[in-house]
Amino acid sequence: MSDTHAETVRYVATHELPALPAPVNTRGPAAWARANFFSTPRDTILSIIVGGLIAIGLWKLLPWLVFDSVFVAGSLNECREIDSGACFAVVTSRFNQLIFGFYPPELFWRPILAFVLMLVAFAPVLHDNLPRKMLWFSAVFPLLAYWLIWGGTIWGPLMIIAMIALAFVAFKAVAKSVNPVVGLLAAVAVGILWMLFLHDPIVSALSSAVNVGLEPVESSKLGGFQITFIIGVTGIVASLPIGILLALGRGSDMPTLKMICVGFIEFIRGVPLITLLFVASTLLNYFLPPGTNFDIVLRVIIMVTLFASAYMAEVIRGGLAALPKGQYEAADALGLNYWQATRLIILPQALKISIPGIVNTFIGLFKDTVLVSIIGILDPIGIMQPIRSSAEWNGIIWELPIFVGLVFFIFCFLMSRYSMYFERKLDTGHRN
Amino acid sequence: MSVAAELDGPAEPFRLSQLFYDQRYRSITLQIITIAVFMLMVSWLVTNVIQNFEDLGKTFGFDFLWQPASYDINQKLIEYSSVSPHWKAAIVGILNTLVVAFLGCILATIIGVAVGVARLSKNWLVAKLMTVFIEAMRNVPVLLWILLASTVFSSALPSPRQAPVMLGGGFVPTNRGFYVPAPVFNDGSIILGIIFIASIIGAFIFRRWAAARQARTGDILPVFRITMAILILPVFVMFFLLGMPIGLELPELQGFNFQGGLYIRSSFMALWLALSFYTAAFIAENVRAGIQAISNGQSEAAYSLGLPPSRTMNLVILPQALRIIIPPLISQYLNLTKNSSLAIAVGYMDVTGTLGGITLNQTGREMECLLLVMGFYLIISLLISGAMNIYNNSVSLRER
Repeated sequence: MSDTHAETVRYVATHELPALPAPVNTRGPAAWARANFFSTPRDTILSIIVGGLIAIGLWKLLPWLVFDSVFVAGSLNECREIDSGACFAVVTSRFNQLIFGFYPPELFWRPILAFVLMLVAFAPVLHDNLPRKMLWFSAVFPLLAYWLIWGGTIWGPLMIIAMIALAFVAFKAVAKSVNPVVGLLAAVAVGILWMLFLHDPIVSALSSAVNVGLEPVESSKLGGFQITFIIGVTGIVASLPIGILLALGRGSDMPTLKMICVGFIEFIRGVPLITLLFVASTLLNYFLPPGTNFDIVLRVIIMVTLFASAYMAEVIRGGLAALPKGQYEAADALGLNYWQATRLIILPQALKISIPGIVNTFIGLFKDTVLVSIIGILDPIGIMQPIRSSAEWNGIIWELPIFVGLVFFIFCFLMSRYSMYFERKLDTGHRN
Repeated sequence: MSVAAELDGPAEPFRLSQLFYDQRYRSITLQIITIAVFMLMVSWLVTNVIQNFEDLGKTFGFDFLWQPASYDINQKLIEYSSVSPHWKAAIVGILNTLVVAFLGCILATIIGVAVGVARLSKNWLVAKLMTVFIEAMRNVPVLLWILLASTVFSSALPSPRQAPVMLGGGFVPTNRGFYVPAPVFNDGSIILGIIFIASIIGAFIFRRWAAARQARTGDILPVFRITMAILILPVFVMFFLLGMPIGLELPELQGFNFQGGLYIRSSFMALWLALSFYTAAFIAENVRAGIQAISNGQSEAAYSLGLPPSRTMNLVILPQALRIIIPPLISQYLNLTKNSSLAIAVGYMDVTGTLGGITLNQTGREMECLLLVMGFYLIISLLISGAMNIYNNSVSLRER
């Protein structure tokens, strides 16, 4: 018995054996290359063909794009004399036009300041560890930016702030004494009355008394990426709340409200943006009281915002539909009313689910702003044509689209990456 | 009787504030306010329009559609000349829109599916290359792609005299447009067409028979190969028996330009290619998402049942992936159709270019023209989304 036992246990380790190195085939660059490029014979052939094509493409492209390209020259002919590559001198020499349009050069500091302030205004919205007080600046920023870019007297924006304050006071007073809905109506009434009767006389009186202002700049002088940003950012900021309201309206159990929202969303989504821009440029004045003629940029912003908010509404509706029914029922069970439930329970979750779609809509809107070039606004694409037909740069093909496309690519790509980061940050780890 | 009456509480006199605070009335009150505000806005807009039209001495009506258009359209699929009425110009534009949208959807699907599948490739180079393609296409406005393609086609391509003749006359790119062979139908091509249709019907019948036979006996026939044989062989044989009734007319250089063959305008080509590649990038992402959404367990289960890889793909993965892919795919088709209105930027005469462009400017009927153009796009959208809803209902999971 003991003999057999002695025979079965032949070896007892007395010390720990050293760890063996990992197999060479599964670690390091060689193994990575094997797994990704040469895992099968077919894969190897594919890698060689594709790699060869990329190498040939870069071999042909890089000299033109980088090594032989010209960045400083006065005209296309000068470019060709200097070197054989791409003539990015057109971008450097017309840089101001591509960025600012025909904005007066001595006033460039104003849009630049507005852009920097825009980053400051967005900061507390995008990063929640910044002080919350900064949101007040974000709230004032739109009027500040308007004043910086278009100039004019400062009393205009200030009186708008006064109007908003007054409307808020009216809302608070009426809502407390009578009813929130009536309060809302009262606030709207105050706003309309102010704009119709009080705004212009007060502004002109104040500005004749104390003239504080910037040199006014007409909308026709705006252009380049400046106008892209004005339209794009305003549209992005305004389309989200309108989209949320439309989505809530579409999900409402009041049939008339629902019908209006559905009709609006389906109409806007059914027609191309360009037809809406045609409406803005040729038709919108017919719908306003005779004699009103408001700015084409503002008209375009309204149309782009409405367009984006219809798509936004559908994205958010998806988020609302994806919420489990239990969330709605739990909110009801807690005794929350509709707005409390929506604000505290439903929307935070629904918006989180729909972040990818929301950012996709933002990106789409930002790209769609270039359509304004078709109705004659000189955005970067609209300004490409006059540059191409000017005497100095006649015959240039690739360089301008490459520059404009690159700028769009950078901003859209950044937006999509930020949305991924944001999604990860908000991810609570539990689904539903 | 009594329970409901008791729950209603003691009968109080109706107070005005109940309109807001009582759930029985609130919804109705709010709806009445909504309708009132909506009606007020609509009537305000309409009175403004009437007032403005009166001030300008304009009238509203569609009679202008029957006046001669007096402009030419360079690409027309039906009989049209400058003396034709405006409505005919609109029809030409609508057909041009439909042509570029239809061909764009086909090309975008082919490229999109290929790129989407290639992006999931295990080969690092292929996957990254496709990622670069998708990101580059998606993050740049489609208008820029269209304009770039149009500029390149009209300025970077050689003039007809120096144009390279590719594929033995099959494809000639010039700065005036593209020339491809045109099909020529001689006598007997009708017979060939009839035979082709007959073989399509035959193939369908064969597939149904094969499916029924498999259900009955369990034998699996090589369905794909036999279908292909039914489709190709009779047509191929008859083609030579009838003495090659369908031929190709190659474009030939005569003087300064090419004659014969099919002439494709560079504006059409630019619009078609740019729209297709742009939309293909979005379709590729949809395809990738659809395939990735099918869990590994599905294919593992199919393998453990003994299905070979091709059948796993056809019978298990694809039917489930398609259910996810097709709805966004169709909305991409819709986007492509709407984006085709950018044709106006390169001078391709689609419905926005004819009815919403030249006709609008010539007649000054902004309201009517834009209403018609928007109506056209709306109808297309509603038709396509209606079709999508029918499809969704037919493939949606039956939950019990």
